[in-house]
Amino acid sequence: MTQQQSHPQTANGDDIIIMENVKKRFGDFWALKGITTRVKRQEVVVIIGPSGSGKSTLIRCINHLEKHDEGRIIVDGIELSHDVRNIEAIRREVGMVFQQFNLFPHMTVLDNITLAPRIVRKWPREKAEKLAMELLDRVGIADQAHKYPGQLSGGQQQRVAIARALAMQPKIMLFDEPTSALDPEMIKEVLDVMRELARSGMTMVVVTHEMGFAREVADRIIFMDAGQIVEEGTPEHFFTNPRHERTKLFLSQILHH
Amino acid sequence: MTTTTQTHTTPSLITSIWHWLRDNLLTPWYNALITIIVTPIVAFVLYRILAWIFFAAEWDVVKQNLRLFMVGPYPQEELWRSWVTLGIVVLLSGLSWGAWRGREWTAPISVVVLGILGALFLPITAASKINLLIMAAIFVGGQFLGAWKGEHLRKYVVWLWVLSFFIVLIILWDVRPSSTPPFFEANIPSGQVGGLTLTILLAVIGIVASFPIGVLLALGRRSSLPVVKTFSILYIEIIRGVPLVTVLWTASLLLPLFLPSDIRVDKFIRAVTGITLFSAAYLAENVRGGLQAIPKGQYEAAQALGLNYRQMMQYIILPQALRIVIPALVGQFIALFKDTTLVLIVGLLELLAIARSVISQPEFIGLQREVFVFIALIYWVFSYSMSYTSRRIEERLNVSRR
Ligand SMILES: Nc1ncnc2c1ncn2[C@@H]1O[C@H](COP(=O)(O)OP(=O)(O)O)[C@@H](O)[C@H]1O
Ligand SMILES: [Mg+2]
Repeated sequence: MTQQQSHPQTANGDDIIIMENVKKRFGDFWALKGITTRVKRQEVVVIIGPSGSGKSTLIRCINHLEKHDEGRIIVDGIELSHDVRNIEAIRREVGMVFQQFNLFPHMTVLDNITLAPRIVRKWPREKAEKLAMELLDRVGIADQAHKYPGQLSGGQQQRVAIARALAMQPKIMLFDEPTSALDPEMIKEVLDVMRELARSGMTMVVVTHEMGFAREVADRIIFMDAGQIVEEGTPEHFFTNPRHERTKLFLSQILHH
Repeated sequence: MTTTTQTHTTPSLITSIWHWLRDNLLTPWYNALITIIVTPIVAFVLYRILAWIFFAAEWDVVKQNLRLFMVGPYPQEELWRSWVTLGIVVLLSGLSWGAWRGREWTAPISVVVLGILGALFLPITAASKINLLIMAAIFVGGQFLGAWKGEHLRKYVVWLWVLSFFIVLIILWDVRPSSTPPFFEANIPSGQVGGLTLTILLAVIGIVASFPIGVLLALGRRSSLPVVKTFSILYIEIIRGVPLVTVLWTASLLLPLFLPSDIRVDKFIRAVTGITLFSAAYLAENVRGGLQAIPKGQYEAAQALGLNYRQMMQYIILPQALRIVIPALVGQFIALFKDTTLVLIVGLLELLAIARSVISQPEFIGLQREVFVFIALIYWVFSYSMSYTSRRIEERLNVSRR
């Protein structure tokens, strides 16, 4: 299972996400112009690229928060069609963490985390709360369980959001710029949690501008621009000799920032 | 602006009153002018009103018709049924107060004080006075029980309220399927419940029944299914475009057409149906306002966790949307409370209709003022306590979210 590197295009049972020529249109504007890629089990993929290049749209297609218009997306053997049952089955297996946290402000931290296991997985309260406390412990804020999200700092809220997604025991975690809304001193606490998650073998697709994190944690980096994958490869490849001009330009801008 | 210098000595009462007057009423110069003109007018009006209330008004008309104002033409010998009804409501209020607020003293003390004052000074029969004291005792007992069992009781209390609704109808009117024998010897047609009791029943049933319909219409209006959406929009806009009187007429004239001819729809049911259908449209618009205030991220987070549409609405979206619209809903409830006066046109005698029938009796001629001031006071007491409660609820919700 833990077989790490291999070429992304090889098809075998180890591919947990398969995207073939995925296109997405908003009105007349093509946000995704034909994306083909695969993610292996336990692989950590970091997606980078300029703002508006379609990174969010891409990962939101994976759990069908956006409907793709053409192409195929297969997640853990289930094809994303417009069949509601398939969509709900996939969403149970895919956790998502948003830039703006999106915690439920009317519930305590503990209720935020136990809600989905209890009503979607039909777990009894005790079982859900036991797991929730373990997860809060894992992200380092077990003492905040009975507070409301509004009483926490941004970094703490984002860690609650990670725990909430993990409570569904997903096979894949999607992160859409999880540290972009945070004050600098809180970025590290969130990245630490994500680093630990990657080490534990979780399959992760992460959109981020944190190049240090990408270099250290990613198995593979995808560079997107204008709705297309321009270049993908290992961190060494990216940070030492990127092939495309656009990649070089983007990296020089972001690294000298 | 002011030329006087601030002194650090504690000001005497007189000076602090003077400062308040100066800051609020006398500066700048045109405020002083307005104050000088308005004060005597206000004083004069107040003087006349108070003089009238305490010396000129003949409150006997209220005393003699108090029962009529409270329950309308409900037969005297069946009056115990309305007391039992009140007892149930008071017991549940006490239980709820105890279950949610715990062992808190202001409510039971005010209830007991009001009960004793009422028993001492209200112009009612000795039996009614005793009943009043029993009601106060029931409230206190209910609160004690509620506080004792606390949180475990909350779920049951909610269901008891739902159940009590049917029990109240059975006790007051003997509402039942026509095939079963009556529970009570005396059969009371619904037209015989009136006065304040009818007003409260119409308003409470109207708002409770219109709530689920209004929420569904609000969701329907935002639906992606064209049929559902069109129906909701048409319903909401048509109902909001016509006055309540029209809806009441239509309900009372058209309802019999849709039902089998052997079912004669009771006046009260017709009025409640009309009020419910009317209120639902306004409620839908209020709820829609709340739904619009919920950020898109809340929907996305719920969906990403695998919640389906119903679960997302029930657990995430509606609880937040409804909190936002509490003030609007209370406002609507107060409006509805006052709008119940219109059921006069289908032949029901709520508070205002009773008032009119009282002043049209020969022995009470010329006493309109007393009667209308009295019922205005009743409407005000109810409306104000509702808006006060809503503000308190809002404060509590805000505090728990900080
Ligand atoms: N709901 C939408 N409606 C219209 N255009 C959208 C919508 N969402 C995204 N877009 C457009 O699609 C493009 C890609 O957006 P996005 O995936 O959010 O980019 P990124 O996450 O890389 O910054 C952008 O040009 C954006 O304006
Ligand atoms: Mg984005």
